[in-house]
Amino acid sequence: MLITATGRRRKSTVPVMRWLAPLSPALLIMLLFFAGPVLWSVYIAFTNKALTGVGAQHAKWVGFSNFVHLLSDPLFVHSLLLTVLFVLGSAVVGQNTLGFLIALLERGKSRFFVATLNTFIIGAWVMPEIVAGFTWYAYLYQGGVLDTWLSHIGLSQDWLYTAPMLAVIIANIWRGTAFSMLVYSAGLSDLPGELLEAAQVDGANQLSMLRRVIIPLMRRSIVTNLMLITLQTLGDFTLIFVMTAGGPGEASQTTPLYIYQQALQLYNISYGTAISLVLLLVGAAFSIVYMKMVKVQEEVA
Amino acid sequence: MRRRVRLSAVAAVTAAVGGVVPAALPASAASGGTIKVVYQVQGGDPALTNLVKTAAAEFAKQYPGWTVNLSPITSPAENDYYTKLDLMNQSSSTAPDVMYEDTFLVNSDVAAGYLAPLNQYLSKWSGWKSFSPAAQAAGKGANGDIYGVSMGTDTRGLIYNKQILAKAGIPVPWHPKTWADVIKAAAAIKAKEPGVYPINVYGGTGEGEGSTMQGFEMFLYGTNNWLFDSKTAKWEKAGAGFQAALTQYQTIYAKQNLGVPVQTALGSQTWQVVQQSYLPAGKLGIDLDGSWVPGTWLPTGPKPWPTWTKTLGITAMPTQNGQGPGHVSMSGGWLMSVGSKSKNKQMAFNYITIALNMKNSLYYDINASQIAARTDVANAPSYKAQGYGAATFSSFVPFTHFRPAFAAYPKLSTEIQLITGQVMTGQKTPAQAVAEYNQYLVQTVGAKNVENAPA
Repeated sequence: MLITATGRRRKSTVPVMRWLAPLSPALLIMLLFFAGPVLWSVYIAFTNKALTGVGAQHAKWVGFSNFVHLLSDPLFVHSLLLTVLFVLGSAVVGQNTLGFLIALLERGKSRFFVATLNTFIIGAWVMPEIVAGFTWYAYLYQGGVLDTWLSHIGLSQDWLYTAPMLAVIIANIWRGTAFSMLVYSAGLSDLPGELLEAAQVDGANQLSMLRRVIIPLMRRSIVTNLMLITLQTLGDFTLIFVMTAGGPGEASQTTPLYIYQQALQLYNISYGTAISLVLLLVGAAFSIVYMKMVKVQEEVA
Repeated sequence: MRRRVRLSAVAAVTAAVGGVVPAALPASAASGGTIKVVYQVQGGDPALTNLVKTAAAEFAKQYPGWTVNLSPITSPAENDYYTKLDLMNQSSSTAPDVMYEDTFLVNSDVAAGYLAPLNQYLSKWSGWKSFSPAAQAAGKGANGDIYGVSMGTDTRGLIYNKQILAKAGIPVPWHPKTWADVIKAAAAIKAKEPGVYPINVYGGTGEGEGSTMQGFEMFLYGTNNWLFDSKTAKWEKAGAGFQAALTQYQTIYAKQNLGVPVQTALGSQTWQVVQQSYLPAGKLGIDLDGSWVPGTWLPTGPKPWPTWTKTLGITAMPTQNGQGPGHVSMSGGWLMSVGSKSKNKQMAFNYITIALNMKNSLYYDINASQIAARTDVANAPSYKAQGYGAATFSSFVPFTHFRPAFAAYPKLSTEIQLITGQVMTGQKTPAQAVAEYNQYLVQTVGAKNVENAPA
């Protein structure tokens, strides 16, 4: 009796402890190193915290003034447009489409062919971003590798200067396509073979197979992939910083670079933080759009 | 070479170390410990590193039980050094005891609570009397306290290649009277010598404070539209003079293509390329630059060039139309300062007294091509024997200007770097850049602290 009673009493406390006890070290670390900085940065965005000057010593609560200022800051708006261009160009269109196509073309090819091709594509992806940035810089700068090649046929280029957004978008497609390709390879290998065969038997050609069978079946992979690469690309700093440093002037100054400039070059930590919160909202907006897309498609299906 | 060094001594006081302590030492010295010295390392310029190391060895010898933790910040870009130092200064666990501090940041960093006033220590230091009154004031804050000991000052002017100018038909020695003379000479070089870059004027964010001071302000202070009106204690709006200065950037980079390639000019390594490559190689006609540049070509410098005076001449920068004193120069310089979060301020200061004593100042001023802050250094035979470069740049002192040493200056300076870059690439016209600066100015210092530009 006694034993049962204690056992019962214990039972009521066990469920919480059962997950809390083993999780607590991880939770503690998350709170300390993740939630802490996030909350701090939210707080800082509402002050006049700076790296030097009066705001460094006695940061004051300034309410929404950083955010109000944002609305009338043409450089911020400019940076946001460039960021959206960068995300759409390099991730949503570039990496996503190219990754899908490569995954599709690799289906049913010899193992040797696939392994060789993947080595190159994934090689670009596993390369540290700063190395990828320098590689592209060396390739594209005036008098660089590409220029030297072009000079043999009497041409020249200076895209880092004349078309900096194009240059960083191409570099980011080169660097990030592997990720989409891997996601789609996995997704394609999960497709039920009999469905594809049935479609073939019904006389569907390649294009309509792709449009009516493969893509609808892959929509969850597509949304997941889009969400992940969008968030990755939205915050991308290193590649652009190494290649153009946001320049010339502000011609490739995406929002992360603008945040860096405001916070660490103009010493306005609080303003930089406020911008980064807005960038967070942009990421959330993209995510909601993707979620809606998958929902709508599922309803249609 | 560029002057940038910071000594940041963040002294984490470690365990007390016993030792033979002379009776005369201050009480804090008795226990022993470590002081942290933070300074900048850039571009193969060894003078500051040598100075800091020599002083550290002498300090350890003089104060047994005490050691110096040398903590260099390696950064070719000046602004990166300021940022990293500011970040270090945020927390007492990382803040330096002794730091290498740019004079123009003094008031900003005092307002931020990073620097300790030195008056009580200076009054007991016999060496302080050897600093000229101007040098003593170099580290003076807005409240009148002294926040740093001057390591030397500098001036700015035009360094030109005599052969290149002669070939372009410009008589040497060259004495331009107006900005138009300077642009005319650059245009003549461009017309006659296709392989040569006619002129270098720093601009853009990559060159940091160098763009503002060696570049833009050397034009601006040759007009009557300065950044700050000391009579009314208000910031001046950008007006005709400001726009004229920006127009020179437009002429040189965006319109007539008289400068080094914009891609190079906007990078953070321009100064290194100009001083260590273009000038020695005879690829650059005129360089608007600072008095420390000849230090690059000393036997101990990053690019030894013993015969540079045969090739290069130095002349003063003219005012816009030759008005006023006729010439213009800007002066700055660096300090050694004590961090406010230092737990051993007396020992940090003692380190500075060793680093900037007569012997070490003399070494530094010669090897970093500084205009001496100490009168005993200025009178030393080896200092006087430096010859043409030092003598010419020192002669610019009578008409030199200092930057407005207020907390807002660093922000305005960065804004100036941004807009010069935009004008250089042609993204903005000078008029548009003026409008942008005025908007930023009002927003940064407040409308009540701004006055209209002089007509």
